[in-house]
Amino acid sequence: MRPRGGEQPVVGEATFRSYYGQPILNRPVWAAPDIPGYLFLGGLAGASSVVAAAAAASGRRSLARASKLSSTAAIGLSGAALVHDLGRPARFYNMLRVFKPTSPMSVGSWLLAGFAPMSAAASVAALTGRFRLAGAAGTVGAAALGPLVATYTAALVSDTAVPAWHEGHREMPFVFAASALASAAGMGLAAAPHSETAPLRVLGAAAGAAELGLIEAMKRGMPDVKGAFEAGRARRYEWGARVGTAAGVVAAVTLGRRGRFGAALSGACLLAGSALTRFAVFEAGIASAEDPRYTVVPQRRRLSEGART
Amino acid sequence: MAVDILGRLLEEGDPATASGHRGTQPRMGFFTDTSVCIGCKACEVACKEWNHVPEDGLQFTGMSYDNSGGLGADTWRHVAFIEQRTAGTTGSAGGTGGVRWLMASDVCKHCTHAACLDVCPTGSLFRTEFGTVVVQEDICNGCGYCISACPYGVIDQRRGDGRAWKCTLCYDRLGAGAEPACAKACPTESIQFGPLDELRERARGRLAQLQEAGVAGARLYGEDPGDGVGGDGAFFLLLDEPEVYGLPPDPVVTTRDLPSMYRRAAAAAGILASAVAVVFAGVRR
Repeated sequence: MRPRGGEQPVVGEATFRSYYGQPILNRPVWAAPDIPGYLFLGGLAGASSVVAAAAAASGRRSLARASKLSSTAAIGLSGAALVHDLGRPARFYNMLRVFKPTSPMSVGSWLLAGFAPMSAAASVAALTGRFRLAGAAGTVGAAALGPLVATYTAALVSDTAVPAWHEGHREMPFVFAASALASAAGMGLAAAPHSETAPLRVLGAAAGAAELGLIEAMKRGMPDVKGAFEAGRARRYEWGARVGTAAGVVAAVTLGRRGRFGAALSGACLLAGSALTRFAVFEAGIASAEDPRYTVVPQRRRLSEGART
Repeated sequence: MAVDILGRLLEEGDPATASGHRGTQPRMGFFTDTSVCIGCKACEVACKEWNHVPEDGLQFTGMSYDNSGGLGADTWRHVAFIEQRTAGTTGSAGGTGGVRWLMASDVCKHCTHAACLDVCPTGSLFRTEFGTVVVQEDICNGCGYCISACPYGVIDQRRGDGRAWKCTLCYDRLGAGAEPACAKACPTESIQFGPLDELRERARGRLAQLQEAGVAGARLYGEDPGDGVGGDGAFFLLLDEPEVYGLPPDPVVTTRDLPSMYRRAAAAAGILASAVAVVFAGVRR
């Protein structure tokens, strides 16, 4: 660590002072791939449950089955990732010790506790052909909670002091909703027969395009912090997300119309783009917490403008 | 089962009363007057000894005389050393030969609106009858949410233990009528412990005294109940801008925006569900 005079750091475009360049915030202890992986898988699970219900209601049985199974698999992996990330995994059940609306993690724990069994019931019924009533109830129930499972994670990461997460709190739920829907459409395109996935080509293209646009809008809303997206891992992941999602969108409306192979290719690109979006958001947050500039500069601006946003 | 209500998020008044404590116990806190800090680190040592806080790395940072670096799971008091070049005159803050030293003992702020407490999903973090914020280590499952939520970078996860740890304002000593170990050990009364109302009054007096003596840059930090965290239970008298000491200049409790985040997450969820319904209804096979 090189000593930098507390009175003189002039870095980049904005001037700010700091304590020897040390971060003000403690680095989030949430780790990759657990947490960004969960943001992706939770979104996939939640949105897939909605696709599954819509497919079931419109008689697309193979798609319904594929979406139910991917939803259940994704939520199962999510749970494993979340427990694995805990400092004391054996105490995971303390998450259900209280219900605290002031904590998105508490709200999310109860959401997952309600969603996962319903998603599993839908999948068991789809796989075995038995327990059809429970399966139908699970399909409907999971579709009701699924959208919230997909978007509450935006409140989860934004409800922190981490600049790149908090400053994006207005747009983040919409970024995550678009990303989740793009991934669920992508999974359906990759896993279901071509005759049943026409709606997913529309949804995948629209959600992917929205994902690309909304993350740019989110960054524009945080002029002092968006630099955290423009360096290191966040930058690489975001480039990957752009390429993947853009390719998925284009393929969905071109190759994807022609046959299963093109649709699957489009789906795989959308899935990869969605996952990389979450990894980019995650890494930008870590980078923004580790650099005092992203804590000091926006707060100084707020003070000089005499208003709290 | 404890249920906190979102409407209580930014409740005015005494935080212990808002958390359900009944009684006449006044809110207790720290006033750290950095203008008389001599950087002896007796507070760091006393805190470690009393609270059995393990060693924090024994690293040589190469910056000033500060090798503990900042607050964390194993550093609950942290003395910052700031070496500043001055215009070359003898400064009233003790600098000679064109250099002045700022020293300041940092600690958990025990915020009125404590983000760590708001976001803790297990109920491990709680508000004591003294208005302080304490982790119940037998409940914490190490989810780490409090660490990302703290605007001051105070609480952190202890390596090899997995749980979150921070200053308790010596909850055990307070319960026995004693003052916290750091304040007890401070030889210059830079760290003052007492009822928050009294401390705020004393701090205003001290600030006026310093300003009268011509100490440029003297200011109070965290004493204002109108700030972004509703005022700190542990506040400071500083001689320069907060960020020079590693403190955020305008911290805001993140949960202030939580109702808006929930509304937007619900709106986004609604759009997602509607989009799927509309497209499936509109696209023919």
